[in-house]
Amino acid sequence: MPHRTFFWFILPSLVAMMLFIFFPIVSVVIQSLYVEHEQVVITSENCGPFGCQTETTVDLEATQELRDAQPLGRFNGLGTYLNRGHLAVQELGKAWSESESFGDFWSKVMNLPFYWALAFTLTYTFVCTPMVLILGLAIALGVNGLPKLLRGPTIFFSLLPMIVTPLIGSLILFWMIDAEGIIGKSLQYLFDDPELSLKASPTLTWITLIIYGIWSSAPFAFVIFYAGLQTVPGETLEAAMIDGASRWERIRYVVIPHLAPLAVFVTLIQLMDNFRVFEPIIGFSAEASAQSLSYLIYNDLRGDIQRFGSAAATSMLTIIGVAILLSPVLIRTWRDFNRKRV
Amino acid sequence: MGNMKTLRLATLGTAFAALTATTAMASCPIESGSIRILSNEFGALRAVNAAAAECAADGVEVTLNQTTEHRDLQVAALTPTPAEYTSAVVANSSIVPLMNNGLIRPLDDLIAEYAPDLPKLNQVSVGGNVMAIAFMANAQHLYVRTDILEEVGKEIPTTYEEVLDALAAIKDAGIMDHPFAMNSKTGWNLGEEFINMYLGHGGSFFKDGTAEVSINNETGIKTLEMMAALNEYANPDFLTFDSNATGALWESGELAIAYMWGSRGGGILDEEGSTPEIVAATKLVAAPTVDGGDRPASTLWWDGFTISKNISDEDAAATFRAMVHGIGPATVEANQKEAVWLSPAYTPGAAAEGVAATAQAGAAPYPMLPYMGLLHTALGNELSAFLQGQESAEQALADVEAAYSEAAKEQGFLQ
Amino acid sequence: MSSVTAQKRSNTLVIVSTALVALWLIVAAFPFLWTLWGSFKVQADFFSKADWTHALSGTFTEEATGGSFTGRAYYGAWFQEDFWRAALNTMIVVVSVVVISLTLGTLGGYALARSGYRYAFWLLMVALVFRAMPHITLVSGYLLPFFEWNLWGHLPTAIIVLVAINQPFTLWMLHSFFLNIPKDLDESAMVDGCTRFEAFRHVIIPVMWPGVITTGLFSFLLAYNDFAVTAMLLAQENQTMVPKIASFLGSTFEEGNVMFAVASVVSATAPLFVLVLFFQRQIVSGLTAGAVKG
Repeated sequence: MPHRTFFWFILPSLVAMMLFIFFPIVSVVIQSLYVEHEQVVITSENCGPFGCQTETTVDLEATQELRDAQPLGRFNGLGTYLNRGHLAVQELGKAWSESESFGDFWSKVMNLPFYWALAFTLTYTFVCTPMVLILGLAIALGVNGLPKLLRGPTIFFSLLPMIVTPLIGSLILFWMIDAEGIIGKSLQYLFDDPELSLKASPTLTWITLIIYGIWSSAPFAFVIFYAGLQTVPGETLEAAMIDGASRWERIRYVVIPHLAPLAVFVTLIQLMDNFRVFEPIIGFSAEASAQSLSYLIYNDLRGDIQRFGSAAATSMLTIIGVAILLSPVLIRTWRDFNRKRV
Repeated sequence: MGNMKTLRLATLGTAFAALTATTAMASCPIESGSIRILSNEFGALRAVNAAAAECAADGVEVTLNQTTEHRDLQVAALTPTPAEYTSAVVANSSIVPLMNNGLIRPLDDLIAEYAPDLPKLNQVSVGGNVMAIAFMANAQHLYVRTDILEEVGKEIPTTYEEVLDALAAIKDAGIMDHPFAMNSKTGWNLGEEFINMYLGHGGSFFKDGTAEVSINNETGIKTLEMMAALNEYANPDFLTFDSNATGALWESGELAIAYMWGSRGGGILDEEGSTPEIVAATKLVAAPTVDGGDRPASTLWWDGFTISKNISDEDAAATFRAMVHGIGPATVEANQKEAVWLSPAYTPGAAAEGVAATAQAGAAPYPMLPYMGLLHTALGNELSAFLQGQESAEQALADVEAAYSEAAKEQGFLQ
Repeated sequence: MSSVTAQKRSNTLVIVSTALVALWLIVAAFPFLWTLWGSFKVQADFFSKADWTHALSGTFTEEATGGSFTGRAYYGAWFQEDFWRAALNTMIVVVSVVVISLTLGTLGGYALARSGYRYAFWLLMVALVFRAMPHITLVSGYLLPFFEWNLWGHLPTAIIVLVAINQPFTLWMLHSFFLNIPKDLDESAMVDGCTRFEAFRHVIIPVMWPGVITTGLFSFLLAYNDFAVTAMLLAQENQTMVPKIASFLGSTFEEGNVMFAVASVVSATAPLFVLVLFFQRQIVSGLTAGAVKG
């Protein structure tokens, strides 16, 4: 396709992405390199309905002067990236030199918020992604084998985990898995343990979150694979049948290769979405036992005082993490792309 | 009985008695200017905002934004000139970012001109300037089931040591396995519990007049140990307990003693959601003291309105008058049960007893410090590992200090 | 291998796969059906801390209303709380987002699939990196400029932001679908004298329906379920359903009307049923298979 035509076709998308994603990212990068001005604090007598206290306030005039002198704040370089709340370089070094065993070192690392969040994020990503792919494909094949009349309602019910607003979906599930809820009680009965609570132990909380993740994302993979199955060339299938290929062999040698580009797509999106896992942690009140990188960002931005610089640094680290995760898939896509060019 | 309660609340402020109905000031309708209010979303604030909106004459712009996301919007919304909103409704903690950034104006002139009789009780002043008008109070305190306490032969506890004693008795009597709960969900709630308990122990969070934190001390450790001891009697899920969870537990009769927000009293004492027996036996009492201290282990909260700085004086005057009307006696009389109002028109009911008793006993207000929010976040995030039994109290407190110091450095409070 | 054993094996396969689908349906639908059932109860039953069987028996519902089912939650949400207004706003947002996303996305996705130059690949990569940005950070960044330029609070602002945030996904997905369509199709049309755009419009788009519809479904769900963008960028009169539902949940200060939220969720799901039925007919229609062969 000539460059000119390409340009006009892509222009609208490009403009939208530049304005609302690219420029904000640039500003996030800049913010992550700066910290706030020194705030001049003075003692003040504060009174209210409950009496008077000697407290402190920010001296606005003095602080304003500092702000005017350096509108962006104080340049901090990569300082924010390396501090305790992020890559914690110093703390890591200290933990390494002071630890007697690897287990000791590991527990010190897991005490650092960024690595603790990273541990859950990676576990979640690497368990959920393959499970979603496999489950989605299996359901798509199963539904495709159903009589046409049944497919519509089946698709609707399969999509429910994705359709019901995550906010409420997880709230209702959270009550269902309560020790006194319907799922919680059933599990207690099943495992014969009246004290079993999915919310109390970190391990069970992780498992709950991961199962929820698979449950809520499987429909995504299912729909894409199902749509892909509709375009499997009939001739090839017939030819394979004539050659005596079993149903399984047809799936293995005709259907799966046909779905491969879609599988790459689903993998990319799932890796990325799972790496940014956030909503289930809030929905299941799992903050005590599981935190993710996105949760750290949320935590920085939702306090009374918003920490933009810190959130910006964690966001950039998230992007870098995603890029590393995706690189194998991308290299594959790159090869495909070059092959197709030829 | 009713009179006595009024008296208790009245002693909150000395100016109370001198107060007359003139606060409402027949300043409505407002003929010019514009009124744009940003607030949290709950019944009492909706009533105040609606009354404020009524005050505007035809043709005067009134915009209300009542949203649970108000805290995250307020700084950005009040920064431009003119500001998106002329008034932000805040609490002790959420006023801080507005003051740190100089986004709200002193109200002394407006008070002198439009509400000269406004009691001191309602005025929140910072360094001599009135920055907000408070109209509601709230605090966490004890809820007790008198029937269960009677069963085990215990008095209503006034100290946490007595609370532990009563809980042990209830558990030993086999009445409940998990008779206690507090709002200990990791995050803001858990941070708040630490702050309350630490103040009850007589601790102070910072070195005087500076942003340097000092909680990794004996008081801090005692605080954490008390929290852990209490939660021994809580359901193992306690790190997921917010107000909705503890309220539901109470209403279903699963708890004997709980430490919850006073503002939940109305909902807990109404007929809905519970059995008449539980409601009849529920009593709201002051937050206990701890470790021989004389201050209840709780913090007092107010909700109040502010006026933006980056708006015209005309809009400021219009909004101020409308809001004063909004918190006036008519609103309070029509919404007695919605909140603990800081108003002479308020007749406290059973739901207000806990807050009133806690204030009466001299609990401290939540600290209005420029960097308190950073410490609160750090506390909320770093303490759960200790309560799960995965690290020592010293380590947890050291983590809090490290997390806070880093945040305070980023924000320019520490060098 | 004899064809009899192959037949047998495939019969087992059919049984296994049908059983799997049935099991999945139960797992997928049960929470929703439970919600549907519970939406006709009072909160003390459906969200019982004492005993979940209250939700089945409706002990408190009977006490409070006299019957074992009640429509109170629906009445409260739709009539007391004006949920219809939020529903209307959501409809405007969702329809606009889907239409705009698909228009921009099909154009861009087609170009990326057909370009063949390296920069197309790099563009896709950059789009992907863009997508990695957590939404909360983006939204917090928008606030100040939007307030400064008076863009905050309006429906069009939220619509454009949702379109832009989702554009990398739309581009990738449509690009993958376009790759599945043989190049000969549009090239032969161009040999017949069509311009590139005419070939795209008259030859490719009709073949692309399954891809477009599927992508549309995801744009729809994104806009429909979004909380981060709509809660932070819309003024109260423009509030959409999800933030409205969230406001029913209550806060630290006050107990919410959780049952209103439950009823709202159930009523919001009903129209989707129709949508999905329509959607599945589109992608199952024989159109596709024939065209790809063509």
